[in-house]
Amino acid sequence: MADALVRGGTSAPAAPVTARPGGGRRGRPGRRGQRLVEALFLVPAALYLLLFFGYPVVKNVVMSFQEYTTRTFFTGEAPFVGVDNYVNVVTSPVFDRALLNTVLFTLGSIAGQFVLGLAIALFFQRRFPLSGVMRSLILLPWLIPMIAGSAVWRWILDADNGVLNRVLEALPFVDAGPQWLTSTSLALVAVIGVNIWLGIPFNMTILYGGLQEIPEELYEAGELDGATGWRAFRHITWPMLRPVVTVVLVLGVVYTLKVLDVILGLTNGGPANSTQLISTLSYDTSFRQFDFGGGAALGNVLVLLSLVFAIVYLRFNRRAVDE
Amino acid sequence: MRAGLAFALALPLALGACGGGSGGGGGTAAGDPDTLRVLDYYNDEPNRSVWQGVLDGCATEVGVSIERESVPGEGLIQRVLQASSSRTLPDVLMLDNPDIQQIAASGALAPLTDFGLGTEGYAEGVVDASTYDGELYALQPVTNTIALFYNEQVFEEAGLTPPTTWEELKTTAAALTEGDRYGVAFSATNSYEGTWQFLPFMWSNGGDEADIATPETAEALQLWVDLLRDGSASQSVVTWGQGDVNDQFKAGNAAMMVNGPWNFGSLAENPDLRYGVVPIPAPEAGGTVVSPFGGEAWTVPQTGDEEKMAKAAEFVQCLNSDENVVAASVGTNTVPTRPELTDDAVAQVPELESFAEQVPDLRARTGQLGEEWPAAATKIYTAVQNALVGGMTPEDALRQAQDG
Repeated sequence: MADALVRGGTSAPAAPVTARPGGGRRGRPGRRGQRLVEALFLVPAALYLLLFFGYPVVKNVVMSFQEYTTRTFFTGEAPFVGVDNYVNVVTSPVFDRALLNTVLFTLGSIAGQFVLGLAIALFFQRRFPLSGVMRSLILLPWLIPMIAGSAVWRWILDADNGVLNRVLEALPFVDAGPQWLTSTSLALVAVIGVNIWLGIPFNMTILYGGLQEIPEELYEAGELDGATGWRAFRHITWPMLRPVVTVVLVLGVVYTLKVLDVILGLTNGGPANSTQLISTLSYDTSFRQFDFGGGAALGNVLVLLSLVFAIVYLRFNRRAVDE
Repeated sequence: MRAGLAFALALPLALGACGGGSGGGGGTAAGDPDTLRVLDYYNDEPNRSVWQGVLDGCATEVGVSIERESVPGEGLIQRVLQASSSRTLPDVLMLDNPDIQQIAASGALAPLTDFGLGTEGYAEGVVDASTYDGELYALQPVTNTIALFYNEQVFEEAGLTPPTTWEELKTTAAALTEGDRYGVAFSATNSYEGTWQFLPFMWSNGGDEADIATPETAEALQLWVDLLRDGSASQSVVTWGQGDVNDQFKAGNAAMMVNGPWNFGSLAENPDLRYGVVPIPAPEAGGTVVSPFGGEAWTVPQTGDEEKMAKAAEFVQCLNSDENVVAASVGTNTVPTRPELTDDAVAQVPELESFAEQVPDLRARTGQLGEEWPAAATKIYTAVQNALVGGMTPEDALRQAQDG
């Protein structure tokens, strides 16, 4: 595109100087045609973006400033109410809790997923019998529909009859198994745990791919200089893996901020809002309380959180790379 | 960047709105004038087949053919909103009774009195739920509610009788808690299901949804707190839906449960289980138990086609005929909403008696607050959870939720 513009720009002054209309006519339609073709190639992508990304984002922002209720669907009337929706959702007693939970859930999930994913990826860097099979097995959580996955986890974590507590209670020093999903202090930990389990395959796969890209010679050269084990990781693996780490973390945070199904399947935000996130609160506000304006406002808070994180992270990362 | 599910889900709704704006009733006008489109959420057995029989019978009687669509329960309201913005509402629409006023308020439903339909003989609570702003928008043939199921074998072995008061409920539940078995199970989940299960306790003690920060509601909540604290009920009640509660009772992990007649089929799968059903215990001996009523009602949406709407109204009237009400009641383990018909139904399904007895006293969840009900229901389950596991006293939990 930029290339076409530059070429178009240089040809414009050239045409009157030569004063050869024929030549100009021959050249211009050709270039114009080329530009048209180039533009046409962009149309599908642009349309797709507008329809499926532009429209929903704009619509959601507009909705968040409207009183958008069940009535709106029939009458089409959605009066503008300024920032009322934002004020309502932000001052609601659950909001602070949900915001804190969202931050804890995201940080906890990302830390766990990334560290375990990286450890497993490093482990699989060594070749050993059946490593290929085992690596594919680790992808399993990714293949299970989350509704099924969370139903199974609910059974595993059940305080009275769950397999986890049955095992724990068999240990000599445990009297009663913890109330994983039914106590306000443990429920968030439990759902973070399940989300880590869910996120490991993604982290491992991408990081493993990144590790494969690091040339073997670097390690050989490092070994000659005495860099093995931790030092090899610190000075060769980590710096070479940085771009992949950036991708994994940015995508991981965005995916985690919007997690909804895991929570709905496990605790539905409870008990007593102890696992309520901005995403579940948004869903609840829109689709259970029918306050679509308030739900949209919460959705935008989530977009804002993603944006803030992305900007901070990219800034930070660029500086690190520049150094 | 992803903006949560809110707008991902709103997208199809909004696009639907774009597409249908100019259509203006095109959806129905395009169809055959003698075909009524019916939308419901009876997509499980026995509901699907029993209602298919009733619908087919009425189609013959009214002289129309029907096109029936059954969607999963949780998808119905979204489907209705989508259809109402694209002006493709069905001719006959089934709604869960607490949703009627919400949808009526949007203007999508036609008042049934315009077509000469009336409510003679219906229980008062049922009429309340179907009425919005003084107009009748729905007719509900059958209803259900919740009662106390008890394991007969366990009670016989312990030499106990089913409790009739709160005090008896506490002592009986404590006496029957043993090993892996809890005395009682109920659903206190953070959803409308949890609210629905709490209402018989709250209402029977004089509590009211308009203001839940009252001593009456606090006493009811204290009862649940005591059951948990005594160990007579599992702490897991805060995550159990009614289906989970039924599973616990069916497996023998609870000697009693609060649940509804829709579980008869599932409980029959365990041939070793002998159970009885009694009304939910009252606060004091001889007190009246006020329970919420459940079940679905039939409405006539505003499709713009007057002639068809008249036929649809005739169809709804037919669904509520004596014969069809009894057929639906017996086939789906529900109770007629007109007390005069209960004897016929109970004669065929004796287990329904405890539920049928309650019909005259049943109360509508939306009877008082109308379309504000979802907000009140959220306050109630939030307070219940805060008191059960959130470390708050019932009084504080209710006060905080009410002020919220």
